[in-house]
Amino acid sequence: MRVLLVDDEVELVSAMAERLGYRGLDADWTDNGEDAIRMAAETEYAVAVLDMKMPRMGGLELREKLAFHHPGMRFIFLSGHGSESDFKAGCAAGCSYLIKPIQLEDLVDMIREVVGEELS
Amino acid sequence: MSIFDKIKPQFLETDSGTGPAKNLFDYRRIWRKAVAVLALVALVPLCVLAFIDYNVTRHSLESETLLRTARTTSNARRTVAYFLEERTKALDFLAEHQGIDKLRDCDNLAKVLESLKSSFGGFVDIGIIDSRGRQVAYIGPHDLLGVDYSTQDWFENTMSQGTSISNVFLGFRDTPHLVVARKVYDAKTDKVYILRATLDTGQFNAMLTSLDLSGGGDAFLVNKEGVIQTPSKTHGELLKKVDLVDIPEFSEKTSVRQVRTTDGTEFTVGYAYVLGTPFIVMVVKETAAMLEPLKAIRMELLWMLSLCVAAILIVITWVATYMVNKIYIADQTRARTLHRMEHTNRMASIGRLAAGVAHEINNPLAIINEKAGLISDLFIYRKEYAHDERLLANINSILDSVSRCGRITKRLLSFARHIDVEMASIVFKDLADEVVDFLRKEAEYRSISITMDIPDDLPEFVSDRGKLQQIFLNLINNAFQAMNDGGSLYIAARAITEDRLIFSVQDDGCGIPEADIKRIFDPFFSTKKKTGGTGLGLSITYGLVQELGGTMAVESEVGKGTVFTITMPLKGARKA
Repeated sequence: MRVLLVDDEVELVSAMAERLGYRGLDADWTDNGEDAIRMAAETEYAVAVLDMKMPRMGGLELREKLAFHHPGMRFIFLSGHGSESDFKAGCAAGCSYLIKPIQLEDLVDMIREVVGEELS
Repeated sequence: MSIFDKIKPQFLETDSGTGPAKNLFDYRRIWRKAVAVLALVALVPLCVLAFIDYNVTRHSLESETLLRTARTTSNARRTVAYFLEERTKALDFLAEHQGIDKLRDCDNLAKVLESLKSSFGGFVDIGIIDSRGRQVAYIGPHDLLGVDYSTQDWFENTMSQGTSISNVFLGFRDTPHLVVARKVYDAKTDKVYILRATLDTGQFNAMLTSLDLSGGGDAFLVNKEGVIQTPSKTHGELLKKVDLVDIPEFSEKTSVRQVRTTDGTEFTVGYAYVLGTPFIVMVVKETAAMLEPLKAIRMELLWMLSLCVAAILIVITWVATYMVNKIYIADQTRARTLHRMEHTNRMASIGRLAAGVAHEINNPLAIINEKAGLISDLFIYRKEYAHDERLLANINSILDSVSRCGRITKRLLSFARHIDVEMASIVFKDLADEVVDFLRKEAEYRSISITMDIPDDLPEFVSDRGKLQQIFLNLINNAFQAMNDGGSLYIAARAITEDRLIFSVQDDGCGIPEADIKRIFDPFFSTKKKTGGTGLGLSITYGLVQELGGTMAVESEVGKGTVFTITMPLKGARKA
């Protein structure tokens, strides 16, 4: 199962990808939305973990574009900002939502959960 | 509670406070000013008008009494003058037609007297006096033939002026009478005689007493020396000097004066000189008696005036009280609204600041988290790094600290977030925990023990989370300020009925004096003004509770502590 991580903080996202790797999840990462779309076109990702607030293209916009091309893709939002409107928007999109800083185990559980829903 | 307490306007209780806004909020002063100005504007013209009206009435009444007196005096003068003139002319007629010879004949003279008595009346006797003053013929009740009149005033006057009318005098016969005399020139003997008749003063008296003198006046004759000639009721005896002041100078016209006697009574006196005689008609009336109607008018005026003044004062007081109370209520409402807005704004700013800070910290925190996690993973999953327990323990403590920081920023974010939120479903226990968590540190430092008695099965309810948090935070803060170190705070919540939740915050602090309890919810009422209290905390809390459709009550005992009890509706909270 491949996972795509998108976050503008390179340090954060690279470390996260490596840690997911140790837990048996193949994770690719990028720090912007344009690259993410390109990478998704080349590789099949089961889950995309998106940061809410990113320069140029935000998490919600990116999700719409990815979902358009890859209808089977699941999404998990990450945010450092506890804004209620973001939370509502994220939930309305039918996705899961985590607030930074996260426990990696929570993320792994959530990834398995959203994929598991698909499989069952 | 007395009636006054019920109708007492709210502003009476207020404290005008101190500082530059003192006059702005001194409602009693505004009220006093309003009443004074309104009363002045309304009452001064009224009083001036009443005064003017009274004076005009008095003047017209006075001038009317003067005029009436003048008219009566003139009438009396005319009557007296006519009476005397008639009798003088009768003597003239006798002198012209009878001639001195015939008149000296006593029989003829007796006939003449008889006819004078029957046709004119008032004649007592008649006589002829020669140029030396000796009476040469006389008909009458007294034996006066041969009497010498040469020394008497009337004789000299007649000799010099042709006719004369004497003063009233007693004369030889000792009864008051007056003399009418005329000089007669005898052509045959070329001698001068005087035809003299005595008039009865009774007719005079009758004439004057029959005058219509309303209000108990007095009418009589005096001569030029002021000696009373006909009987006066109250102003002196016959042939005595009149007790009123000096007789005025001769004037053809009637004159009226106000005269004050020595005993202080004021009289209105009319004088009229009777032409060709020594007499002056005097009509004397007591001024006070004539001005009797004025008293009635004055009473009526005073009565009406006091009634009007009382009515105006009542209306003014009522209107002023009503208006000032309205101003007071408007000011209170405005102050409450303004300060609630200010408070909300401040809370929103703090919220935005907190959210910004939390967000800024969250990202580096996440990086620390991931990096530390990665190191930990490396030690666990990669064989080239030794499985060093000590390093792992350090990394775990970093991770623990990060997660603690994360909890704090998350709580900060959730607190800030709720400021903008309107309605949300609330589990009261969570909300109370959240708020109390904020103050737990302070409580620990001050060793205040917090006891929470909130059952788990309280129903969830829909309300404004932010406002509820503020209410709760304010109450607990308030309790903290009232308590000494080492106090205890007791927070309890119950669902009393299906649709109402009651919760109370009880402290064992200083308590609130009885006198202040009514005012603690007023804006700006504070017992801590010197230490920087604004007096807004409880007023804002009260406002918030009302906005949420709840009620707030307070019970307090000085030295024992205070309980604030808030009842909130569980459903259908009013939209704020």
